[in-house]
Amino acid sequence: MTEELVIETKGLKKTFVSKIKGKKKEVEAVKGVDLAVKKGEIFGFLGPNGAGKSTTQKMLSTLLPPTGGEAKVAGFDLQKEQSQIRKNIGYVSQAGGTDSGATGYENLILQAQLYGIDDKTAKKQAEELVKRFQMDSFADRPASTYSGGQKRRLDVALGMTHRPQLLLLDEPTTGLDPQSRVYMWEEIKKLKADGVSIFLTTHYMEEADNLCDTIAIIDDGTIIVKGTPMELKNSIGADIIVFGFSDENIARKSEQLLEKFHPEKITLEKTFVRLHIKDGDRAMPEVLRLLDANNLKAQNITLSRPSLDDVFLKYTGRSLREDNK
Amino acid sequence: MKLLRGIQLMFIRNMRQTLRSPIFVFVSLFQPLLYLFLFMPLLNGLGGVPGLPAGKTVQIFIPGLLVMMALFGSAFVGFNLIDDIRSGVIERFLVTPVNRSAILLGRVLRDAVVLLTQCVLITLVAIPLGLSVNVGGFLLSLVLYAMVSITMASMSYSFALIYRIEDPLAPTLNTITLPLSLLSGIMLPLALAPLWLQDLAKANPFSYAVNASRALFAGSFHSVDIIKGFVIVFLLMSVVFWWSLNSLRKLEE
Repeated sequence: MTEELVIETKGLKKTFVSKIKGKKKEVEAVKGVDLAVKKGEIFGFLGPNGAGKSTTQKMLSTLLPPTGGEAKVAGFDLQKEQSQIRKNIGYVSQAGGTDSGATGYENLILQAQLYGIDDKTAKKQAEELVKRFQMDSFADRPASTYSGGQKRRLDVALGMTHRPQLLLLDEPTTGLDPQSRVYMWEEIKKLKADGVSIFLTTHYMEEADNLCDTIAIIDDGTIIVKGTPMELKNSIGADIIVFGFSDENIARKSEQLLEKFHPEKITLEKTFVRLHIKDGDRAMPEVLRLLDANNLKAQNITLSRPSLDDVFLKYTGRSLREDNK
Repeated sequence: MKLLRGIQLMFIRNMRQTLRSPIFVFVSLFQPLLYLFLFMPLLNGLGGVPGLPAGKTVQIFIPGLLVMMALFGSAFVGFNLIDDIRSGVIERFLVTPVNRSAILLGRVLRDAVVLLTQCVLITLVAIPLGLSVNVGGFLLSLVLYAMVSITMASMSYSFALIYRIEDPLAPTLNTITLPLSLLSGIMLPLALAPLWLQDLAKANPFSYAVNASRALFAGSFHSVDIIKGFVIVFLLMSVVFWWSLNSLRKLEE
């Protein structure tokens, strides 16, 4: 099985050396990271601030030379073929990169020219991007007048100017209002639909859960776990379906019946039955059918599923949310 | 991406920014004008002391003033680079195939053009005050000022790239620029200085720029001061520009 990979790293490492009061101090920002990002997927790099997400991304974007390990980005060797990589990837940093003294159009045209595109084509492409990212209403104004969401749209458009096959997004929705965030998610999904592979960093669980096909959780410079959002959530245990019945008798009968599903655990508490079961969302219809067929009617049902936050908590012993405060 | 094309694109981008707020080009003319009208008359009274022939003070003062404008006028351009670093613009440029040196060359060339415009304006203002201009010498001196400007701008950019915040930038630049200008005989001729001060001034590359500038204005093209000035400033410019390029490479570290 050989799936095409757009990013492949082995033991990618970055150690910063800083001198404090004449003493050399080494800080291992990234301690040997192995990544495999498949072509066409949205890969999420999830972790708290300072975990090494941005440093890893800067290395992959050729901004920062790694101190160890190997990497292939867009099929090119990170150590030897940096200029090839630059032509084939788009990178949108956390700060964005919009030139606030210039208009949206001017930003886009210059960006295209920097990729060696001639003036006429650059202009045409800028117009296409303005349409594509719905910036018509503001693209001829200076970027200094943009809202956070508008600026972010331009940032991403700048990253897509030369139509790269791989887009690196560093915290694409940090600091955006909820509406702009949802808009940005839609844009990222559209890019994926257009065949662009996306490698994004985030410290938002909802974002990783909502957007990403694969997630790697990084903490303190090390990847602690990888998988699809579903796999990660399943790895920490079952979903819980809670049934509320009208009386204890029905509850008890239901409990006995539900044993059929070989749940991880089932508990009865007065009129409530708690069913601990993997893939609870898939099991639910069948469970309901079985209860119905036996004339055991539940009054209310809730499905609670482990969140990525629980995943983070399990693997790091800390809550990601607390960390970001 | 060809180097020249990169420089052109970067130059246009930076020049456009300057032209959007042209007021600053004129605001920075205010100081040299003050020197011209509030300081030069003091020198007129001194005419006749060593290094300052009577009746010719304007001829000695203006070529020095122009070097000082190149020193100070370009020394603080690092501030606008910090804006670009913070907003991620520089990072964005670095990820494109554009040549690294073009990113800085486009900037220092803009700075040189702004400075030369100011030099021409000040010279025009000084002509009614009695300045006589040797056109050939003046054109050559513009090359010299451009090199001084590029040197100072590159230094300013280096510190901006190293600090990446504004606070320490102004004191650092002031600390460097002030002695450079005091030790170059711009305000008063160094011939007035005690020997130890004259010796110290010999270590200041810009004192040679001032000498060259004065020789060019006087039209004494055979003066060895001109060659010395050009060679020394050119070497310094090359070293400082290389330093700024190196600072750009280390930006992410």
